Amino acid sequence: MDLLENKGVPIDKQSLTWKDMAGKPISKLDDEAFTRVRIILMNALELDALRLSHVGARMNGELRQSLAEIRRVEQHQATAVNGLLSADHSPLETTIAYEQVAVEVTAAVAQREPDPYLAQVYRFGLLEDFDHLYRYSALLDRLEGKDSNNILQGHTDIAPGRPTVDGHRAPVDDLRLPYGRDANFLTKLHATLITAAECQTHDYYMTIGPMFADPVARQLYAEIASVEEQHMTQYGSLLDPRQSFLELWLLHEATEVYGYYSCARSESNPRIREMWERFCDYELGHLHHVCGLFRQYEKRDPAEVLARTLPAPLEFKSQRDFVRDVLAAEVDLRANGVDFVKLARESPVSREYRRRINADGSPSTRVATAYHWTSGTELNRSLKAA
Amino acid sequence: MDDVTEPGFNRTGAQSSPLSVHSMQLYADERVPEEVSAPDEMPDGREIAAVRCDYAVEAERIGSVPMPGVLTSAFTAALSKLGARKPEVLVDKLGERLAFERIGVRLYQALIDKASALATQQRMPFSVDDLQRLRDDELAHMHVLASALDSLGADSTAQTPAAAVSALAISGLMQVLTDPRTTLVHCLEAMLIAELADNASWDLLISLTAEADQDQFLPQFHSARDSEKAHVRQIRGWLQTVVLGEAS
Repeated sequence: MDLLENKGVPIDKQSLTWKDMAGKPISKLDDEAFTRVRIILMNALELDALRLSHVGARMNGELRQSLAEIRRVEQHQATAVNGLLSADHSPLETTIAYEQVAVEVTAAVAQREPDPYLAQVYRFGLLEDFDHLYRYSALLDRLEGKDSNNILQGHTDIAPGRPTVDGHRAPVDDLRLPYGRDANFLTKLHATLITAAECQTHDYYMTIGPMFADPVARQLYAEIASVEEQHMTQYGSLLDPRQSFLELWLLHEATEVYGYYSCARSESNPRIREMWERFCDYELGHLHHVCGLFRQYEKRDPAEVLARTLPAPLEFKSQRDFVRDVLAAEVDLRANGVDFVKLARESPVSREYRRRINADGSPSTRVATAYHWTSGTELNRSLKAA
Repeated sequence: MDDVTEPGFNRTGAQSSPLSVHSMQLYADERVPEEVSAPDEMPDGREIAAVRCDYAVEAERIGSVPMPGVLTSAFTAALSKLGARKPEVLVDKLGERLAFERIGVRLYQALIDKASALATQQRMPFSVDDLQRLRDDELAHMHVLASALDSLGADSTAQTPAAAVSALAISGLMQVLTDPRTTLVHCLEAMLIAELADNASWDLLISLTAEADQDQFLPQFHSARDSEKAHVRQIRGWLQTVVLGEAS
């Protein structure tokens, strides 16, 4: 797709009704897991667009009207996308799906990332989200009596990763080096995409954690939401802070185009594919509006920031082999400032931070003590053994 | 925490702020919308019903029942006798009971945890061992159902539509049982809801199984139902003892 030629749908022609926003959801049982993954990822991007837009509006008076107009449509798009998740997903089942997004999308990104340092950052974070999936699977099994594979559909392994109890770091050890001015376009898209996904996951856990009555669940959500805040810090610090707000906005719109384009290319459900295609055209409309603002206010050519053509679509498929390899090779990596180091060289500040925050015990350890995922839930194991 | 019902400063009712509520009511009465319901109508409105009806007509179903590529010979033989009858109904309901019994194990475990915490503070009409027996019954029933599905060639690890919906219905019960603030009475009431539904559902499953000529399952299903009937009696009796004891 030619990003600079394809103008999409003009903003004044973009509109959704309440019924569009609260449309027919997917089937938890019959739709593909990767349809759900795409929904969660695109909701994340839309919510991040709103986040960026509001921050930008606080600091850029001359852009406020354009920001408000595009933000209105994006808020409606976010509502329509998130409304695709059916209400028979319990909050904990949706959590499993969020972690599947974190594992599979981050693994896909890590393998295609051209910058080796950023690829390492993605592999590092991936192993922590992989562990979250295991801990939440234990909670789902032990609280709701459900098998998380009903959600994962055999695409994603359920086993310990880098233990969550060891993933708590001092803030200084969550900062990473940003990509540079001459970074590859794909590098910028990846960083925007993964930052958005982690922000959404954090906000979701902060919202639903207190809705559980069980103190075991409340503690686990508190613990993992804290790690997601670390991940937001980690991935957010990959973005070049020298970029202007308009540059960030332009990149964000390009990432949304890339996201919807990738979703449309891989979607198996025709009804959902229609939505991806429609919103891809909407995002092209947003992108071109922002290109105009970029020329007007920065007197620069958007081609300095964007590549003319989109990279190959993001892959939505099981990355099992890659994840297993990374786990085997890098589970003992730790952070020391912006560097990844062997276990023994981990930052003492983070060790001290962890000693304090885990002083009353570790929820993620308790919930998954002796947890051994078994198809049909761990209660099925005695049947299998018989 | 004292495991009793106590009087206190509950602020939710109109009597806790009578002057404010009187003023609020007068103001609301002045600003009644024009399309107010007629006195003989339910006050929740026709518009809500219209939206629900539209969506119900247009909705797709929760999902489908996973059927095996090749049914076992026992099932195919029965199917041939069933003629046009749909084997997926039985598979769906077996999946539902399986999911229900599995969550039953977790519900009883939560009750055991609560009872263990309260055991030092109050007399209880049952022991933790009693509850463990009930939990183990649920586990045994779950295994009976998993075996039944497996023997039909169906996938006992799949979530059927009826299983998904029953999990939705039961989710509030687990919230009651795992909330540290709920009393033994609250928890027993939640268990009673679960056990009453379980009883009725076993009756239905037995009828359906007999209809489908799957008689090989009936002895174990009857035994499970009898045990569930005993559970209802026990829970109901314990609940009565605790509530009446507290009130006296």
